[in-house]
Amino acid sequence: MTLIATESLTKVYGGGVTALSELTVTVEPGIVGLVGANGAGKSTLIKLLLGLLTPTRGRVRVLGLDPTTEPAAVRARVGYMPEHDCLPPDLSAAELVTHLGQISGLPRTAARERASEALRHVGLHEERHRPVGGYSTGMKQRVKLAQALVHDPDLLLLDEPTNGLDPAGRDAMLALVHRIGTEFGISVLVCSHLLGEVERICDTLVAIDGGRLLRADHIAAMTSTTDVLAVEVSEGTETLAARLAALDLPVSREGRLLLVPLADQQTYDLIIGAVADLDLPLHRLDQRRHRVAELFARREGSHV
Amino acid sequence: MSEPTGVIHDIGYQRYTGLRLGRRAVFGALYVHGVRTAFGLGRSAKAKIFPWLVVGIVLMVAGAVTAIGSQIGETLMTYAQFADSMSWLVIFFVAVAAPELVSRDLRSGVLPLYFSRPLPTVDYPMAKLLALATALWMLLGAPQLVMFLGAAFTGNDMGAVWDELLDLVPGLLYAGLWAVVFAAVGLLIASLTGKRAFAAGGIVAVFLMTTPIVGVLSILPSQAANQLAGIASPSTLVQGVGIWTMRDQVITDPDALGPDLGAFGPVYALVAALLVAACVALLLARYRKVAAR
Repeated sequence: MTLIATESLTKVYGGGVTALSELTVTVEPGIVGLVGANGAGKSTLIKLLLGLLTPTRGRVRVLGLDPTTEPAAVRARVGYMPEHDCLPPDLSAAELVTHLGQISGLPRTAARERASEALRHVGLHEERHRPVGGYSTGMKQRVKLAQALVHDPDLLLLDEPTNGLDPAGRDAMLALVHRIGTEFGISVLVCSHLLGEVERICDTLVAIDGGRLLRADHIAAMTSTTDVLAVEVSEGTETLAARLAALDLPVSREGRLLLVPLADQQTYDLIIGAVADLDLPLHRLDQRRHRVAELFARREGSHV
Repeated sequence: MSEPTGVIHDIGYQRYTGLRLGRRAVFGALYVHGVRTAFGLGRSAKAKIFPWLVVGIVLMVAGAVTAIGSQIGETLMTYAQFADSMSWLVIFFVAVAAPELVSRDLRSGVLPLYFSRPLPTVDYPMAKLLALATALWMLLGAPQLVMFLGAAFTGNDMGAVWDELLDLVPGLLYAGLWAVVFAAVGLLIASLTGKRAFAAGGIVAVFLMTTPIVGVLSILPSQAANQLAGIASPSTLVQGVGIWTMRDQVITDPDALGPDLGAFGPVYALVAALLVAACVALLLARYRKVAAR
């Protein structure tokens, strides 16, 4: 089944601001990363998926349902974690998540059980009975995640889940999201402006910029075709670069490294031959995966 | 020997296969939560002080009225008059409860969590409105019940109980009118701001600042203006409807100079209905806008 499908999805706000433009993308279940700079249209897309906004043009389907015509059916199966602060400070996490579970249609006792389960899964135990106002940012983020999980959705929409967290907190949150996507069997759409974060946990990556689709593909497909060879010599880097360029290899510099796209096995031979010819001390020659970031670097550069 | 009890078994994530309730149950959950919130239940001790102070005062007054009434053997206050005389307390209760119900949610940003759930946009404000109206009705109705029990069981025969009941019903209806009008106006004002102090001030201002207008209108040299003066303020508007529909319940002293409505009684009722309708319409429009943010 298709998780999310949009077709020429366009949203123009009242003031004539185009937030999304002709977005056509199909996403399969799994962990999906939605990346783009601030203002790229990520939050608008999430609101369209939830049926909180009506598309100006085009169509959108979530879990096979149309959120513009059946918002309640979609929202019953989707959990949403907003980007901004959204927790009333004087309620305890247990009370809040129980109440929101009821708003999602769970009977009261089931809501209470599921709330403590959800809070346990995100790592909140005894502290869940204390008022949220006294929580750290990391704990608040976990409560926000728990309230999205309480009604056992089929899809989680997480808007910048690592916002405001320190590096350790980020890692913990990403690990948690990864666990939800793999062990819990719940599909996750993670929004972030930090590509480096989402690429670590996602199966699929959707990149948007200025309301337009940059690229949507499996992570594997994005990285496998773009492996590069990193060459490092103790001296004579310039000479080697010139020689490799003369051999029609599209070489680029990165600090002390020379990067050469790996076309086939012959690329190795050419490089080794060149190093041997010039009699340079080869320090290292290894294949490395292209960071997904580099795929977008050129086009996103002006926005980030 | 039983199993060691200190071991926690991580049974992993379990999918929920149980019942999922529909719109009515969700509305009910939000409504009950709202009524509890109005009285500070499920909240900090600080949030309970004011509502229960007001509840204590109205119950005490009701008890005193009943006790004194049974001692001197006459009715000090009808049920409807009780609602009238408590209107100041009702205003202060609304000024605290309405911001607690809606301004707090606007402030904390919790609304996206509601509107991303299968809760239709209109249900949120309507559940809150119904919750506030219920809380106000209980606030005015519970003391009337105390008065009824006191009066009914100090009388000797069943006829007295029946007579009291016939007086209680209009009293409760009148309390319902107070509750609906005050809840609609108060909640609309509170929904405009996330700052609870502003909302409380705004509510008190609207209810109290309109009273001088009534005063000015009622001394104008035009009889129609005098008779319509009560429309300008929610309190006198409700009293006007009460005088029109149940005059002998609201005004017991035949010599008293109650407000003179002339033939405009139905106008009061119409204006009250329009006021509630307008407040509800504006409240719904307000939340349509909020939900899309």
